[in-house]
Amino acid sequence: MVTLQINGQSHTIDAPDDMPLLWALRDIVGLTGTKFGCGIAQCGACTVHLDGKAVRSCLLPVGSIGNRAITTIEAVGETPNGAKIQKAWLDIEVVQCGYCQSGQIMSATALLNRTPNPDDSDIDAAMAGNICRCGTYVRIRQAIKNAAKTA
Amino acid sequence: MSISAKDAADLSRRNFLKVGTAAGGGLMLGFQVGDAFAQEKKGAAEAAAPAPAKYVLNPNAFIAIAPDGKISFQIPQEEMGQGVYTSLSQLLADELDVDLANVTPLPAPPIDAIYGSPRSHRMSTGGSTSIRGFYTALRQVGASGRAMLVQAAAQQWKVDPATLRTESGQVIDDAHGGRKLSYGVLAPAAAKLPAPQDVKLKDDKDLKLIGKSVKRLDTPDKVNGKAQYGIDVRMDGLKIAALAASPVVGGKAVRVDDSKLKAMPGLQLVVLDDIVAVVGPHFWAAKKGLDSLDITWDGGENATMDSAKMWQELRATSLKPGVVAKEDGDAPKNLSRAQDNRIDVAYELPFLSHAPMEPQNFTVHVKNGGCEMWGGSQVQTSAVAAAAKTLNTTPDKIVFHNYMLGGGFGRRLDTDMVVKSVRIAQKVDGPVKVIWTREEDIQQDMYRPAYRNVMSANLDKNGKIDAWTHRIAGGAVSVRMSGKPLKGGLDRGSLEGATENNYGAPNFRVEFIEAPPKALNIGYWRGVAPNNNVFATESLMDELALKVKKDPVAFRLAHLDGTPRLKAAVQLVAQRANWGSALPKRAGRGICAQFAFGTYIATVCEAEVDEGGHVRIRQVHSVIDAGRIVNPDTLMAQVQGGLMFGFTAALYGDITVKDGRVQQRNFNNYRIMRINEAPPIDVHIVASHEPSGGIGEPGCTAGPPSLVNAVAAATGIRLRKLPIDRDILAGRKIA
Repeated sequence: MVTLQINGQSHTIDAPDDMPLLWALRDIVGLTGTKFGCGIAQCGACTVHLDGKAVRSCLLPVGSIGNRAITTIEAVGETPNGAKIQKAWLDIEVVQCGYCQSGQIMSATALLNRTPNPDDSDIDAAMAGNICRCGTYVRIRQAIKNAAKTA
Repeated sequence: MSISAKDAADLSRRNFLKVGTAAGGGLMLGFQVGDAFAQEKKGAAEAAAPAPAKYVLNPNAFIAIAPDGKISFQIPQEEMGQGVYTSLSQLLADELDVDLANVTPLPAPPIDAIYGSPRSHRMSTGGSTSIRGFYTALRQVGASGRAMLVQAAAQQWKVDPATLRTESGQVIDDAHGGRKLSYGVLAPAAAKLPAPQDVKLKDDKDLKLIGKSVKRLDTPDKVNGKAQYGIDVRMDGLKIAALAASPVVGGKAVRVDDSKLKAMPGLQLVVLDDIVAVVGPHFWAAKKGLDSLDITWDGGENATMDSAKMWQELRATSLKPGVVAKEDGDAPKNLSRAQDNRIDVAYELPFLSHAPMEPQNFTVHVKNGGCEMWGGSQVQTSAVAAAAKTLNTTPDKIVFHNYMLGGGFGRRLDTDMVVKSVRIAQKVDGPVKVIWTREEDIQQDMYRPAYRNVMSANLDKNGKIDAWTHRIAGGAVSVRMSGKPLKGGLDRGSLEGATENNYGAPNFRVEFIEAPPKALNIGYWRGVAPNNNVFATESLMDELALKVKKDPVAFRLAHLDGTPRLKAAVQLVAQRANWGSALPKRAGRGICAQFAFGTYIATVCEAEVDEGGHVRIRQVHSVIDAGRIVNPDTLMAQVQGGLMFGFTAALYGDITVKDGRVQQRNFNNYRIMRINEAPPIDVHIVASHEPSGGIGEPGCTAGPPSLVNAVAAATGIRLRKLPIDRDILAGRKIA
């Protein structure tokens, strides 16, 4: 049994220590907003926050997390930067198929958490780990800049 | 939420929906529309896909109005990011005169007779055909519904319906103090009225939603984790399976050592001829179980195939005469006379994987002589048929809940993921969700065929194209899908983008020769035939321009008098891209002029190549003339994303085979462009009242030729094989 702090709630789940957080979230806790894309931390679809920082949940064993606060796409809108990013995404219609966008939004929110006014190279560095097959990158970049300008 | 196939079948049996209970408990209006497509037929510029002689949308059921005025639309086309839930809702809502805020788009149930495309009579979302197919039809459905609601109000008030007007889901009687009745109140009576057959569509000036960049209806739930894709399905008792299909096409598992698996509790081994799967309580357990197996595969005859042999075979076939697909004048004769200004060349394009972000998956519960299944498909009725065939039963025994796709790109035009999942589910007690790993998704794809284009052209004394021949050699996806041989050796699905003769060559011949690949299954891929043919055509145009020392834009313009919309787009994009202005060393611009999917698009790509052969795209401009547009912002998004999809293919896309097995495994060696590589993309839309063209694919097919032409301008090196080879650009290898 492993106890995880997810979106402000404590969850004790029947999972082996080596189980990646991704599958604990999706198949046990039932939070399916975090997506499976590659399983080897190459695409970023599975990005969640650990204490506000972006991590790839597909390679993060649940036994290694301890009491750190996990935030997923389902609750990131309750944080100020998460809400700003979500709004910026919708304002300029970033999303196409949407499958990667949970991860994109988690990475973008983590970027604003540590760099409130990111420039292009900050955006490249923070977002290059998130693949979008629909090719929404032009709008992702713009939406992050728009969100950063919002008070 | 979705209507089950069974309910939907009941609906279709009620020979025209008088009153049906909608999924949400409201009333469902259905509308019979006569020859809805006469209008499109008349104006249809695209001869490639002729409209059926007479298409009757009968019966159909697209609109449900609940008593509280909430409206749901059954959307026949699959939402896979292209915005079709919104654009088709715009068509319905504008004519029906309701606010989109009250509209919920739902996936239509799998019934070709009601929801099949007017173009093909079947449910299929591909080939950039949703708007082209449904533009007029859904406007007529909406207008017909509006007329029935007005009639119902007129009967209740005992007035002439012509004195009434509608606005925002209400019928209004101005002659009597502006009294109002809401659609929700009127729906029960309206649904009992006959559907008018000859409704008048709104004048352009009265359109409120069509042509406007309204907010998408599907995106709010895609930024907060609520949107459900097939892979997100959950239900009581659900098990999860991981699978490994034979890594060689046609191979079989001859031995499965499961001694380690036996030590892992709660897992079920499923061994079918060509598939091994492990079923468990969650994906992690199933995947670990699968990884614990020692499987011996017998690849059969394909196990000796590799890319070198496959290219050797394709090249040999491409040198044989093909079947003539299009002939103007006498190109061979005029070529044989040509001496100086003649070019003979071949362009080669590789196999490509679709790699949508949502790996393949399907959830299936085999029961009651059939199955219930959950997943996303671009071909809803074909998915049902495939499941029925697998279970040796009839489609009415299949209940299919269709979901939005985490990317389609043609991958989900195939139903292999349905068949595999159903086969595994036959061995499982209760519902099972079968999930492909990324490796399985990439290595078990239905790949974009490799092509070889053998081309010749010559120019007359004035530098105009005199003769042009193009032989397309490649696999025919239609053959792989249908299992039937080509009629007369010609694959019509391989010709678009080659046969139009946009540049007006007086002597012009296009041939096709089938070259079915061994060891790989082939499928439709975003851009279909034009992603080969436009690349070949636009590469040769640049080579011809160079031959006579003409600017590539000027050379094209000199040949486009017969294709004025394309000519205008080329002129405008050259202006917007500042064509001809100075660039730094090792930077260049490339042009692509394209007519495909009923849409004209001209693109200028600006790229630079460093000494190490690394290509960076600096910026891109596209001018697109797609006729009447439903949602301009969606169109721009499709062009932006399509270009990125095409650039990714040109830079990185290459599926290769060794010992019969696909060598690429995951995003580490099947690369996708990332944000740090993404250029600014300027898209300009030409205002037009011509019939709508498709928008999902034109950007994709415009990407590679514009980029490769830019690389040639930057380096003087003409690449005739994709993907772009950095070793050639760096001088480490000869082209």
